[in-house]
Amino acid sequence: MSAEPLLTATDLSVRFGGVLAVNRVGFEVRRGEVFTLIGPNGAGKTTVFNLISRLYTPSSGRITFEGRDLAAIAPHDVARLGIARTFQNIELFEHASVLQNLLIGRHTHRATTLWSELFFTPGARRAEIAAREKVEQVIDLLDLQHHRESLVAGLPYGVRKVVELARALCTEPKLLLLDEPSSGLNVEETDDMAFWIQDIRHELGITVLMVEHDMSLVSKVSDRVLAMNQGEVLATGTPREVQAHPGVIEAYLGASEDLASLRRAAVSA
Amino acid sequence: MRFIFKTRYDQDIRLAKHGGHVFWYGALMLVLLAAPWLFSEYWLAQLTFVLIYSVVGLGLMLLSGYTGLFSLGHAAFLGVGAYAQAALTHHGVPAPLALIAAGAIAALVGVIVGLPALRVKGIYLAIATLAFGFIVEEVFARWESVTGGNAGIHVGAADMFGLFKLDDDVSFYFACLVVTVLATLAILNLLRAPTGRAFVAIRDSEVSAQSMGIHLARYKTLSFAISASLAGVGGALYAHKLQFISPDQFSILQSIDLVLMIVVGGIGSIHGVFLGAIFLITMPQVIGLAKDVLPAAIGQAPGLQGLVYGLVLIAFVLFEPLGLYGRWLKLRTYLQIFPFYRRGMFQRQKSYLKSDRLK
Repeated sequence: MSAEPLLTATDLSVRFGGVLAVNRVGFEVRRGEVFTLIGPNGAGKTTVFNLISRLYTPSSGRITFEGRDLAAIAPHDVARLGIARTFQNIELFEHASVLQNLLIGRHTHRATTLWSELFFTPGARRAEIAAREKVEQVIDLLDLQHHRESLVAGLPYGVRKVVELARALCTEPKLLLLDEPSSGLNVEETDDMAFWIQDIRHELGITVLMVEHDMSLVSKVSDRVLAMNQGEVLATGTPREVQAHPGVIEAYLGASEDLASLRRAAVSA
Repeated sequence: MRFIFKTRYDQDIRLAKHGGHVFWYGALMLVLLAAPWLFSEYWLAQLTFVLIYSVVGLGLMLLSGYTGLFSLGHAAFLGVGAYAQAALTHHGVPAPLALIAAGAIAALVGVIVGLPALRVKGIYLAIATLAFGFIVEEVFARWESVTGGNAGIHVGAADMFGLFKLDDDVSFYFACLVVTVLATLAILNLLRAPTGRAFVAIRDSEVSAQSMGIHLARYKTLSFAISASLAGVGGALYAHKLQFISPDQFSILQSIDLVLMIVVGGIGSIHGVFLGAIFLITMPQVIGLAKDVLPAAIGQAPGLQGLVYGLVLIAFVLFEPLGLYGRWLKLRTYLQIFPFYRRGMFQRQKSYLKSDRLK
């Protein structure tokens, strides 16, 4: 693990009209770690993701990736830098096969020109085969062999989640952003997802930044956790430290005086 | 049912996936090559129109079926190609060069129209292209020094570098066949390469296409350019075939015919282009035949063709959104797995609920 962080967010704020969705958030993601954002719904976790993938522009503050300021990067160039992402509600190419979806993941590594494609020159064919070989490695890693030819529109939800992860891996990212990788998955699928996240990190050496609600998954795979509430950072640290943080408990369960008053009300009733 | 044992990636890349493809497309090619001797002069002319409309349809299919951008003004590109061909051949440019130039000019116009397409989507884009169609039609009518205005303009037989002229039906049919085959191969090549996949990605999810590194503006403009260019080439052939062009041939009705063609044929399939073109050309003949059989009150009523087209379009949208090609796929599957076909085999699960948090 090198000292220089892969991604740094400093004093990040974003405002939608009167709503301050993210308020002076700062964190560092170190090379090779799994860093998780947690927090109740509406805390601004996905907004942070969208800031990193340049779907939104911060109102103030900055994000640097390998020392480069992301504000100067166009949204479609973020993938070229080595940042890939998945979406909370799955954004696959529905009317294309799994294989095509994964090949689209190779877009940033495109080695052909329009003319070589129109005539499908031997060079274009070689590029296609090279792309396919990379895609097959990802298919092997994530056990997608059976679904290679299936149309995404006909796949069950759990498989779509994996396909989306596979598509992100096909871009050969340095940083992988996973937006709620376990949402909508059953217990076994969630276990598989935990294994894959660990594989991705240990075998492929990819840094993972994820948003996740399932605390057992979070504590299993994360090195560090950042808890957010209402757009602000509550606590940063190891999963255990963050879970024990009074501010985090308050955000999830309510303040202790609330509990006390509830208890009194229950006793007097 | 055919099972293909795959041992090389190339088997997924090449166009003819198995021996059956080679055989049937080879047979189709032979029939097309022998067509002048198989069909009467009248049907050969109809076949030539099918080829011309197929070239235009390929372009529109790439734009609407594969990139998800709808155009209600495609007749304008057809017209740009036709008038460009008329003007260039009039000045003595050989027809093949004029054809390439017509495609290039239409592509340039396509880029200009494509630029607003980056900002508007769906129905708004349809309206924008519709307006563009009206503007271009008006230009054709008023720019009399080039287009001859509403009186129209005569287009001579295609001149092949002064060596010979494509002045009979048979030689012009072969010219159309060559252009159609080349255009089809180019589009098929594009669709199995990164550019084609980028178009499909934009069609299905812009936000994730962008996060995969696809430059939305560039690829949308490119799709418009290629689409317009094919419409322009089709328009140039159309001008030679009819030998006379006037602005009313490139009106909104022509644009709607083109959209009808790809929807009826089957949106999102290359086969659909050809099936749609056959439908578009043969339907008036069928209606003509029906006129004699029907009672005079219906058969001789004006607007019968429009009514039939409208009903057919509605019927396809309601009952067979996959078009004629989808119908064929179902029939083929039924026969292949007889007697195990069941209803709903082609029904897709509705896409899962998407929140609009990313929009």
